[in-house]
Amino acid sequence: MTASTTTPSGDDAPLLAVDGLSVQFQTRRGTAHVLDEVGFTLARGQTLGLVGESGCGKSMTALAMMRLIPQPPGRIAAGSVRLHGRELLALPEAEMRRVRGNRLSMIFQEPMTSLNPVFTIGEQIAESVRLHLGLDRRAALAHAVDMLAAVGIPAPARRAHDYPHHFSGGMRQRAMIAMALACSPDALIADEPTTALDVTVQAQIFDLMAELRERTGTAILLITHDMGAVAEMADRVAVMYAGRIVEEGGVHDILERPLHPYTQGLVACAPGRRRTAPGETLREIPGTVPSLLRRAEACAFAERCEHARPLCRQRPPPGSQPASGRRVRCWLYPETTPADTASPA
Amino acid sequence: MNAPAPQTAPPLLDVQGLHVHFNTGGWRSRAQVHAVDDVSFAIARGTTFGLVGESGSGKSTTALAIMRLLQHSAGEIRLDGTDIGRLRGTALRSARRRFQMVFQDPFASLNPRKRAIDTVREALDLMAVGTPDGRAAQAAALFAQVGLRAEQRNLFPHQFSGGQRQRIVLARALAAHPELVVCDEPVSALDVAIQAQILNLMKRLQRELGLTYLFISHDLGVIRHLCDEVAVMYLGRIVERAPRETLFERPLHPYTRALWSAAPSFDSRERGRERRIRLNGDPPSPLDLPPGCGFAARCPFANARCHAERPALRRLTAHQHVACHRVDDDARAHYENDTAACTNSA
Repeated sequence: MTASTTTPSGDDAPLLAVDGLSVQFQTRRGTAHVLDEVGFTLARGQTLGLVGESGCGKSMTALAMMRLIPQPPGRIAAGSVRLHGRELLALPEAEMRRVRGNRLSMIFQEPMTSLNPVFTIGEQIAESVRLHLGLDRRAALAHAVDMLAAVGIPAPARRAHDYPHHFSGGMRQRAMIAMALACSPDALIADEPTTALDVTVQAQIFDLMAELRERTGTAILLITHDMGAVAEMADRVAVMYAGRIVEEGGVHDILERPLHPYTQGLVACAPGRRRTAPGETLREIPGTVPSLLRRAEACAFAERCEHARPLCRQRPPPGSQPASGRRVRCWLYPETTPADTASPA
Repeated sequence: MNAPAPQTAPPLLDVQGLHVHFNTGGWRSRAQVHAVDDVSFAIARGTTFGLVGESGSGKSTTALAIMRLLQHSAGEIRLDGTDIGRLRGTALRSARRRFQMVFQDPFASLNPRKRAIDTVREALDLMAVGTPDGRAAQAAALFAQVGLRAEQRNLFPHQFSGGQRQRIVLARALAAHPELVVCDEPVSALDVAIQAQILNLMKRLQRELGLTYLFISHDLGVIRHLCDEVAVMYLGRIVERAPRETLFERPLHPYTRALWSAAPSFDSRERGRERRIRLNGDPPSPLDLPPGCGFAARCPFANARCHAERPALRRLTAHQHVACHRVDDDARAHYENDTAACTNSA
């Protein structure tokens, strides 16, 4: 289950490598397999979009990587998370605390609930700088002001003394980004960073993240349910369904020639992408996400899939690589098929 | 401002000069928030009218005022000729069966202790639809009409998914055979795959029942898919109003263009960053409105007149209305010469 193919160090090794990550939760009704052998890699300066519907395990992947899963009831059953070849899942908690917010940072969906209302914005940014970079109080606050300026907060020296409730939603998310980037992390996990924001503010935040990525080379794992956000930001895309990655590929391939029927549905069902005739209906994905209580003995998407065959309901599909840089987990693309790009839809 | 509706048949809903003001700032303060400021539009029967704008633009307040869930300060709300803004007591109550509402959050708008079918049944009872004996069958028919299965009738809201809950809310709204359904962000809380199911359902119901929708959303994709005519709101005012494709293919107001250009394009090869009209800062506080155009402070093309004088919503052609000093009566956007950055539209 643990990684065997990734070399621990060297120039070719990815910045961040997740392999075979499985997470289970004990519930009253049994064991929920919330992550099932999730794996991907992230290179320096790259953005990977992790997409899927609510409950597919996107956020759980982020929490597992940060080792923030409540245990119990949760448990990382198997897998590895390597940052610069160093296994994070094996680190003692004290050591992990030095990684979190320092080498590997995270920004959350709702900036109001992730900021402490009784400390000023400047104090909250300065805290992680003091802890991780060892600066004294005054130097840390000066660094916090610099970070606020870097994320485009006007009058940062004054606004650093404001409390979170003085900030608008967009400014709070900028402050969260400033906090996450204050220690120049190698990788940033952004969990639905713009979902609570208006579209013009979302555009500002995306521009900001792209600028910072170009300037600092920070790798970004962008968790989102919005294919538009993926088109805007990502280099590569991994699509999750029921705790598994069902397809992975470059952003153009995924959006223009999706292979897995689930990805095809996700791409096609977004409304308003083009001019539609009056009365035209949207492509639907029928049904809803299955329960995670039964570990997939078959393809988890088979119940909702228009291409499902008896085989799909009997055995889980193997992972295959229909083209270089693409992975898909679907019986439509058995291992032996050569690079066939025609989509079955 | 008082342009006639472009349709020949009288509109089902005709809103003229709607104002909603809130007093704020404590007992000594005279501060007023102009949440909705002189909003006018009309919706033809059987069509969908979209209100789009960012948080705080006054979309939801407009909806609540039309639903008579919030007292408006001035203006007329005519439903099929009757000013429902003046109705009180039982007259209002019996008129309510003609206009119903669907809210954003299907968790918050269903009673957690009521079975799904009883929620629908309650609406039939309250509106005294049909005979008491026939209502059980009617509730069951509504349940089937929105695509819920018969065996789900006696479940509680928490046993449904978000999309299914929104179906229950739709069934409840349709119980009284309304003509107008006001939908405030009905699919914003749903996953995109489920969103498509609900949007298709709403289109089917409109076809089958001849419904008229006032549809509020911040999601331009949803608006473009569903609406026949669209109004863009900013700081409590309509800044532009036009049929869907006119508005999406040739927006005139700088704010509309900025909004369109901010939306992710889905085209990973031509990302929005390069062609985007960048807006700085946030909208000004509605408590302290500038004297001129509400958008002037953020508008890249504002001139002295924009800061001094408030532009009225003018009718340019039979269908297109815009409130901007820099657009002339022939629908030419003069600010286009200012920079090449604004020549791209969505």
